Amino acid sequence: MPNISEEYDVVVVGAGHAGCEAALASARLGLETICFTVSCESIAMMPCNPNIGGSSKGHLVREIDALGGEMGKNIDATFIQSKMLNKSKGPAVHSLRAQADKSDYSRRMRMVMENTEHLLVRQAEVSEIIVEDGKIAGVKTVSGGVYHAKAVVLCTGVYLKARCIFGDTSYETGPNGLQAATHLTESLMNNGIEIRRFKTGTPARVDKRSIDFSKMSEQLGDDRVVPFSFTTDPDSIQKEQVSCWLTYTNEETHKIIRDNLDRSPLYGGVIHSTGPRYCPSIEDKVVKFADKDKHQVFIEPEGLYTNEMYLGGMSSSMPEDVQYAMYRTVPGLENVRIVRNAYAIEYDCISAVQLDSSLEFKKIKGLFAGGQFNGSSGYEEAAAQGIVAGINAAMYVKNKEPLILDRSESYIGVLIDDLVTKESFEPYRMMTSRAEYRLILRQDNADIRLSKYGHRVGLISDERMNSVLEKERLILQEIERVKAVNIGTGEEVQKIVEGAGSTRLITGTTIAELVKRPELNYELLEPIDKHRPQLPCDVREQVNINLKYEGYIDRQMRQVEHFKKLENKIIPDAIDYAQINSLRKEATQKLEKFRPRSIGQASRISGVSPADISVLLVYMEQFNHQNKQ
Amino acid sequence: MEDTIAAISTSTMSSGGISIVRISGENAITIADRVFKSKKNISLKNAASHTVHYGTIWNGDEEIDEVLAVVMKAPNTYTREDIVEIDCHGGILVTRKVLEAVLDAGANLAEPGEFTKRAFLNGRIDLSQAEAVIDVINSQNEYALKSSVRQLSGKLSDKIREIRELLIDNVAFIEAALDDPEHISLDNYVEKLEIDVDKSVDNVDKLLKTSDNGRIMRDGIRTVILGKTNAGKSSLLNALAKEERAIVTDIEGTTRDVLEEQINLGGIILNLIDTAGIRQTDDYVESIGVSKAKKYAKDADLIIFVVDSSRELDKNDDEIMELIKDKNVIVLLNKSDMETVVNKEDILKIMDCNVLSVSAKEEIGIDKLEDTVKNMFFSGNIDVNDEIYITNARHKNLLKDALNSLKLVKEGINMGMSEDFLTIDLMAAYEKLGLIIGEAVEDDLADQIFAKFCMGK
Repeated sequence: MPNISEEYDVVVVGAGHAGCEAALASARLGLETICFTVSCESIAMMPCNPNIGGSSKGHLVREIDALGGEMGKNIDATFIQSKMLNKSKGPAVHSLRAQADKSDYSRRMRMVMENTEHLLVRQAEVSEIIVEDGKIAGVKTVSGGVYHAKAVVLCTGVYLKARCIFGDTSYETGPNGLQAATHLTESLMNNGIEIRRFKTGTPARVDKRSIDFSKMSEQLGDDRVVPFSFTTDPDSIQKEQVSCWLTYTNEETHKIIRDNLDRSPLYGGVIHSTGPRYCPSIEDKVVKFADKDKHQVFIEPEGLYTNEMYLGGMSSSMPEDVQYAMYRTVPGLENVRIVRNAYAIEYDCISAVQLDSSLEFKKIKGLFAGGQFNGSSGYEEAAAQGIVAGINAAMYVKNKEPLILDRSESYIGVLIDDLVTKESFEPYRMMTSRAEYRLILRQDNADIRLSKYGHRVGLISDERMNSVLEKERLILQEIERVKAVNIGTGEEVQKIVEGAGSTRLITGTTIAELVKRPELNYELLEPIDKHRPQLPCDVREQVNINLKYEGYIDRQMRQVEHFKKLENKIIPDAIDYAQINSLRKEATQKLEKFRPRSIGQASRISGVSPADISVLLVYMEQFNHQNKQ
Repeated sequence: MEDTIAAISTSTMSSGGISIVRISGENAITIADRVFKSKKNISLKNAASHTVHYGTIWNGDEEIDEVLAVVMKAPNTYTREDIVEIDCHGGILVTRKVLEAVLDAGANLAEPGEFTKRAFLNGRIDLSQAEAVIDVINSQNEYALKSSVRQLSGKLSDKIREIRELLIDNVAFIEAALDDPEHISLDNYVEKLEIDVDKSVDNVDKLLKTSDNGRIMRDGIRTVILGKTNAGKSSLLNALAKEERAIVTDIEGTTRDVLEEQINLGGIILNLIDTAGIRQTDDYVESIGVSKAKKYAKDADLIIFVVDSSRELDKNDDEIMELIKDKNVIVLLNKSDMETVVNKEDILKIMDCNVLSVSAKEEIGIDKLEDTVKNMFFSGNIDVNDEIYITNARHKNLLKDALNSLKLVKEGINMGMSEDFLTIDLMAAYEKLGLIIGEAVEDDLADQIFAKFCMGK
């Protein structure tokens, strides 16, 4: 029987958060793209938490937006509450988080996907990759259809051989009972790809009507909502917001969990895969933080058209009866009724050390991968890799330089570099502490940092790029101006300074210097800054941050320079690590395995010590010297 | 894979005694065999490791020198490669000819530090040991040697590691709290942090303070002798220079912009700053003038002020004492053999310092000067047996940088900056300290270290 055979530039396998960004990027760059999903209803589905952003993840969304991605726009259109987190801390750790209407979020992304030129969404399970001479040639579906392509992006999320578990109940499905993808793993392994197994989990969804909110504290959104996307007009998204609620577990909860640990598949030995340390189940928290007498539980709405509420902080794989018992110890949840059980999910994925920094497999040209398949966790982490994998699949087809972001310019760079250089044994979650230069990688300046890359590859229009350049120009100009504005020591000045709780000026100083005082800021000094030009809000914000933290920013920039030096020391391809006697054995093995691009990257491989790097530097110098002769 | 290298590994400045040509690499023994003829007709290839052979070196038909050849086979050698050392007897010119013969026979001339670099690359020594090797080579007295040897054995590393650990613990805590504010609270944390930062400042400061002593141990004490005409400076110099104490070599130091004359005073090096030729003339003060004295006094570790105690103190003496009263000064009341009109109390009224009565001419009291210098520089401030000394300029600069970063942390705390700012400077300090002991990476660290070697090491 003849099978279907079609030709594409790029095949994307999966239409979750990574797959959508990858497919959109590829199609928007003009490449004929087909995106496979096991279910068209599950495009950009949010099977776990009903929010986008949060600490460091908000940064990722902003960066995706600056590169020309969709996630920011999608959440701006579908959020039901929004909040800037960590406002009491420095601007580096401010982070935007928005509650999504899950079904709206998914529906809108589906519309965008279905209406993007050069992009076809196709419901089918991909069962094989076709590799010819070390190069990808396409994919095959379960029904035997052959889809030839120049590049393939794997974004299979948690669907490969997925298994959902709670207590002693388990079934072979993806999240929410969706069909798992059972065939592809074998094909990947046959092509030399190493597969590992990870797990993650989600809490129960409960019926809103069974919750007593009077025992909880209400969590409101911000009065003035800040959009994720740099293209969204802030005025257009101010709206009525829903509330979230905060309550706590207690000793009784913990006792129930401890008493039933043997019935937990994780602790009872049913689950052998590794879960995320930083997004732990309530069982993990009780075991790990044995001295804590309570843990937060956030009650978050799943959307406007449902009564389901998400129990943030209480993911679990306990049996149903234990879930009921423990949830009902929590104030406000005494009579709670579960709509969907909490469960853990196990799935096949890869160690991303098999990829290079462009997210292409080192051993199979044209095959790219993004998202949870690469061993990450979280929607935002997935989308971030998705857009990079999609862009680089397109660059590969167009025979252009790949987009590689480094650690000093983006969280995305940190994310990918960590994934491809550090062997992670649990799902990787983005965190601010992973970014060494986070004062420079703020969520507020993602457009200035990254639009140029989005523009270079072709996802950011000239018009949008020009407006970013104009913004940058205005910021620099204003900074220069206020550095020259001396405000003297007049009474009006003293009044403002003292009014803000700062000490009187003894000698005159510039606006720029005054902004640095902890009690003052750029906005506060407006009345004494007589010739201040009218500037947009985002420009004023940048001026304030850049002036206020100038010393810290400068020092961080110096650290970046040092970092760049090591990144720019490229290791010759011909280097034979086995020849370097003084490398420790472990280092030799790791370096052979990873074949890092630069000294900087080599220095981040676990098992390669600074002493090994010094050896490598000296050896490289000899090596280059001899090869020149 | 590596080529075979050779160089003269003894000082090329010395004119007498034995010079050594060292050959290292895969073909070291083969190359040596091409130029060496054993008296007993033994081929070095067949010689046992670590044996000495008597014979002659030939370049073609020309016999160059009568030598001892030492054969050392890998891996138990300095570079972990095969090494042949040729002990030449015929002075530097002949040694150069021996080297030429070796190079003609197929060896490449070693670059500065290349032997040590190979020792490093072959896993014989680590980077900080390599750095200590250069310090050992350059050290000019036994105190300095002890200090470098102690660095070789890792005492400095331990101290630095201890400071770094405290810093990274704090960074880790802050980072963890930023990532998991629910479970880790930063409330009142800065109070603890400040205590730890103070402690670290203290520790780095202490290390830094040893660097002056460290330099003194390695390079000697920068000494200026002042005194008006006829006070007896040259008699003093002559007295100091006696009994083979004077090394009397002019060292053209790369770090020194003036020529110095070195005197070894009971194992301590005094570097007499000598721009005008100290021993030429008695018109010293006149020739260098008060303004020059001022300049040298400023940089000096020690000022020896020679007073003619047979004459009343005059305006010149007052002027000099005014210049130097805040310095490390030893006042020598010279001419104690004559009738004295100036005594210890007269000096102590003007400044607080060590005052000794000597007679340079009769060489009375010179041993007291030796003891006083030792007391001032070594026993009071320095216990050379237990402490760590910073003797290396690279280390000193890094410590200064680290100290500066720690002070910025303090400043941040005082300004009420949130913790996520404080980690920037904490990490900077941590990194700088790491660079001292090779636990942080810098692109040109290896260059910085190996570049300081001379040929043949």
